[in-house]
Amino acid sequence: MFRNVAELVALAEQKSCKIAHIMIEQEMQVAQLTREEVIERMGRNLDVMEQAVERGLSGVKSHSGLTGGDAVKIQQYVQAGKMLSGYTIMDAVSKAVATNEVNAAMGLICATPTAGAAGVVPGVLFALKEKLNPSREQMIEFLFTAGAFGLVVANNASISGAAGGCQAEVGSASAMAAASVVELVGGTPRQAGHGMAIALKNLLGLVCDPVAGLVEVPCVKRNAMGAAVAMVAADMAMAGVESVIPCDEVIEAMFRIGQAMPMTMKETALGGLAATPTGVRLKQEIFGTEPSKVVSS
Amino acid sequence: MKYRSVFDIIGPIMVGPSSSHTAGAAKIGRLARSIFGKQPKQVDVFLYGSFAETHKGHATDVALIAGVLDFDTDDDRLPQALVLAEQAGVEVKFFIEDAVPEHPNTARIRLIDGGEQLEVVGISIGGGKVEIVELNGFELRLSGACPAILILNHDRYGVIAGVTQILSREEVNIGHMEVSRKEKGQMALMVIETDDRIAEQVINEIRDLTGVSRVLRMED
Repeated sequence: MFRNVAELVALAEQKSCKIAHIMIEQEMQVAQLTREEVIERMGRNLDVMEQAVERGLSGVKSHSGLTGGDAVKIQQYVQAGKMLSGYTIMDAVSKAVATNEVNAAMGLICATPTAGAAGVVPGVLFALKEKLNPSREQMIEFLFTAGAFGLVVANNASISGAAGGCQAEVGSASAMAAASVVELVGGTPRQAGHGMAIALKNLLGLVCDPVAGLVEVPCVKRNAMGAAVAMVAADMAMAGVESVIPCDEVIEAMFRIGQAMPMTMKETALGGLAATPTGVRLKQEIFGTEPSKVVSS
Repeated sequence: MKYRSVFDIIGPIMVGPSSSHTAGAAKIGRLARSIFGKQPKQVDVFLYGSFAETHKGHATDVALIAGVLDFDTDDDRLPQALVLAEQAGVEVKFFIEDAVPEHPNTARIRLIDGGEQLEVVGISIGGGKVEIVELNGFELRLSGACPAILILNHDRYGVIAGVTQILSREEVNIGHMEVSRKEKGQMALMVIETDDRIAEQVINEIRDLTGVSRVLRMED
């Protein structure tokens, strides 16, 4: 079992195979399942991701009313050809937002690695589906590669906003997506590791400050940024750019930053954007009128 | 290694918005129903800590009731659970508690059907993982990851041996076992997690043992 990115990359290099295949084989051993069973299960996750993207792009609204409808706006803007940064990046952004708007609206999603960060990986994947027309097998492999890198982060740092801030959720998701993009477009395992490191480095220190304690503001828009960072990091890695700090040391840094972060910045809704005048007002508007004892009967 | 499966990272499939406050809450409700063994006529839910603060926004209340109705975390009926409970004739009440719980995400669920009553306290520990920490006033630690039986018995010698002898004869392997009591010589609780599901006739045999007053089954 690989413990870090260096071991994961070394395993893939030794066997001259994709990181996705290392992950599939390990899962077969851990879960005592056949290759077909493991792949079929990931296929179900892929289907749920696709349905969430489609649903979000058709427009949803959350129960609190704080989020919803932005994915539609972004997609219309992209289709009108007005974007400044590039079609695929903005397409990924709209699909990441779509997924997280569905999450906020209590729709069906696949936690990747968490519910609050569920938009990044599918956003990037379904934008590339349109650009590169990958096979279903390649798309499923994309998710195994993302999962392999995510396992390393989960075991050596954290994938929980309450434990490590938003860097652990959207940061992890963005890094996982970057590595998977590199592998999808034919990069080496080593390049995938650099893509992962470049993305994660740029989201280090990101605080988890949900307004009113809800995974809506700023979470939905941070999924958008996570998708954009993943695309740029993957492009940089494919261009041959390397992370000066090795990937495992970046993950270690993320762990230490998470430990040093004050509690107010780790999903307590006591600091950051949650503590702004508007954040406090929104909390009051959403929860403030609630009777203190029997709510409904 | 805290995480071993790729599906801990890519997954679970769930109704949003929060893995701990929505998916975890649904699992707690479903475990409580599983222990009760049937759909209750009345449910009282007491919310503590973060559950008390944000249950509306994260639909923690709705998800708990969805679990009591036996819905899984990815059931698309989950958001309508309160309406569906009413239609099914299940009376639901929520109570917001001020008490500071040991774990921030804590719910106490009381399931009632006529004279039958069961009270369960569950905590949501993150990423959709949960534990049952109290049952009818007895402390315990139960994750729901394995099949389990819960045995309420008189606190006297030989009862535990009687139960384990039956399991041994039936070649049921015990993965984890806990015994607790509120007061010496009074009622006690045995929690036995097993590798495989225990057959109904074996449970009936345990139920007939001297000193055993109630046997509940919990399945994942």
